[in-house]
Amino acid sequence: MKKTKWQIFTNGIFKENPVLILLLGCCSVLAISVTVKGALGMGVALTFVLVGSNVVISLLRKVIPDKVRIPCFIVVVATFVTLVEMVVEAYLPDLYNALGIFLALIVVNCIVLGRAEMFASKNGVLDSFLDGLGMGIGYTVVIVGIAVVRELLGAGTIYGIRIIPEGYQIGIIAQTPGGFMMFGLAMGLLIYCLGKKGKKFDPRIGCDGKCGNCSIGCENAIKDIVPDAKEDKEAAK
Amino acid sequence: MSKMNLSVSPHIRSSRTTQNIMLDVIIALVPALIASVVLYGFRALLLTVISSGACVFFEYAYEKLLKRDITVSDLSAVVTGMLVAFNVPVSMPVWMLIVGDLAAIILAKQLFGGIGCNFMNPALVGRIVMMFSFTTAITTYTGSTGIVDAATTATPLADPAATGFVKLVLGMHGGVIGESCAAALLVGGIYLCIRKVIKPIIPLVYIGTTLLFTWLFGGAAPLESIFAGGLMLGAIYMATDYVTSPITDKGKVIFGVFLGLITSVIRVFGNYAEGVTFAIILGNILVPYINDLSETKPIGAIVPEKKKEA
Repeated sequence: MKKTKWQIFTNGIFKENPVLILLLGCCSVLAISVTVKGALGMGVALTFVLVGSNVVISLLRKVIPDKVRIPCFIVVVATFVTLVEMVVEAYLPDLYNALGIFLALIVVNCIVLGRAEMFASKNGVLDSFLDGLGMGIGYTVVIVGIAVVRELLGAGTIYGIRIIPEGYQIGIIAQTPGGFMMFGLAMGLLIYCLGKKGKKFDPRIGCDGKCGNCSIGCENAIKDIVPDAKEDKEAAK
Repeated sequence: MSKMNLSVSPHIRSSRTTQNIMLDVIIALVPALIASVVLYGFRALLLTVISSGACVFFEYAYEKLLKRDITVSDLSAVVTGMLVAFNVPVSMPVWMLIVGDLAAIILAKQLFGGIGCNFMNPALVGRIVMMFSFTTAITTYTGSTGIVDAATTATPLADPAATGFVKLVLGMHGGVIGESCAAALLVGGIYLCIRKVIKPIIPLVYIGTTLLFTWLFGGAAPLESIFAGGLMLGAIYMATDYVTSPITDKGKVIFGVFLGLITSVIRVFGNYAEGVTFAIILGNILVPYINDLSETKPIGAIVPEKKKEA
């Protein structure tokens, strides 16, 4: 089944949301989603890196030798991350301080590397661009959504603007346990919303039977991986 | 024998229901409630009633919203509400208590499937949420109108010997609503044991191990310290929760020893004065493993050979 351009784009936002369905890049989501401002900055930074690395890797996919592809991907990703880091440090020092190590850690963010390995290295430039954009927006929506709730309940503000008067904050929401709670609730909510009437959402739908795209580890995983691997080998020949 | 009645098991039925077990627990909590009203004033009763009401409301609202069976009448939400209220000092603002109830019922109980499916004690999750969110409010002990001095006091755990043994047993010191009067809690515990609602194994092993390890680790006044803090409340009413404690007696002993060890380690070496909450929550998480390891082998049972992995 060939996906339309629109499906490739929306894939990352709902069906294969990188954070809530594929469970990639959770670390930065938990750590950065305390303030809306930081979350928005992180989301934009990651989207930029994701789109950039997807496009470049897609362009280079025929040149990169299969055996050393991971180091090659990392070099490309690191280039974009360094770019973003320098720009943010120069023009948005507050954001730079707020994001701290997590900005540099986009290099090893599973979403970026995951999309490079699973999508960009197998698909054309336009498709990879759309995939990167969709995944980036999916990530941004989730992290900002969680941050809105956490900042509102934990600090009583949204984007620094006070909404709930001081003294009525629920501290735990802004702390790490609150991050895990909100993360879990968001995941439940998305899966609940994706389910159709009387039918639960099956996370496998999004994988097209290709287990390379999948972090779920369903019972079909081992069965499916073998033909998939064969295809890859033939393609490499 | 003209007629033989064949039926599938279970053949022996008991009249025990969740509802009358929970009713027994509520009755067992009444002495402690009376004691806290005497000690801290009428607000203790008010908070307990509000908390129970909030828990029942949250349970009803969630089940109504998701079109599940309404299980409010089994009274388990009332017990959770009482225990959440028993975990806060009498000066606690009401809205904070309701946040605790919300966490207990929705987060710890209903999201995991309601009664029987929670993997942690709901009341303790409520307490932990309140503890991390409102640290000052939950550790400020003032006896507003009761016989305890109105002055703010630290938990007697900081220096159990200074409070004195008699005062500790009777609960004449600052503390949270339910934990102060050890004597009243013990009365409730004995009632539960007589009514066979709980087996005394977990509380006895838990309290005994805490005493032993506090003494071994060189903690201050080990004997007094078992009557201070939340140990009695936790050991009798929370660690014995059916859903979150091991099934077999052997498992219960392991569970009790583990809780006692963690509690005394936190009390003696940790930054927190009280370790009961964390000990029971950690213990709850281990329960499935304890159950697996302490499975009773039926007499004469033949253990099936393990299938070779394909």
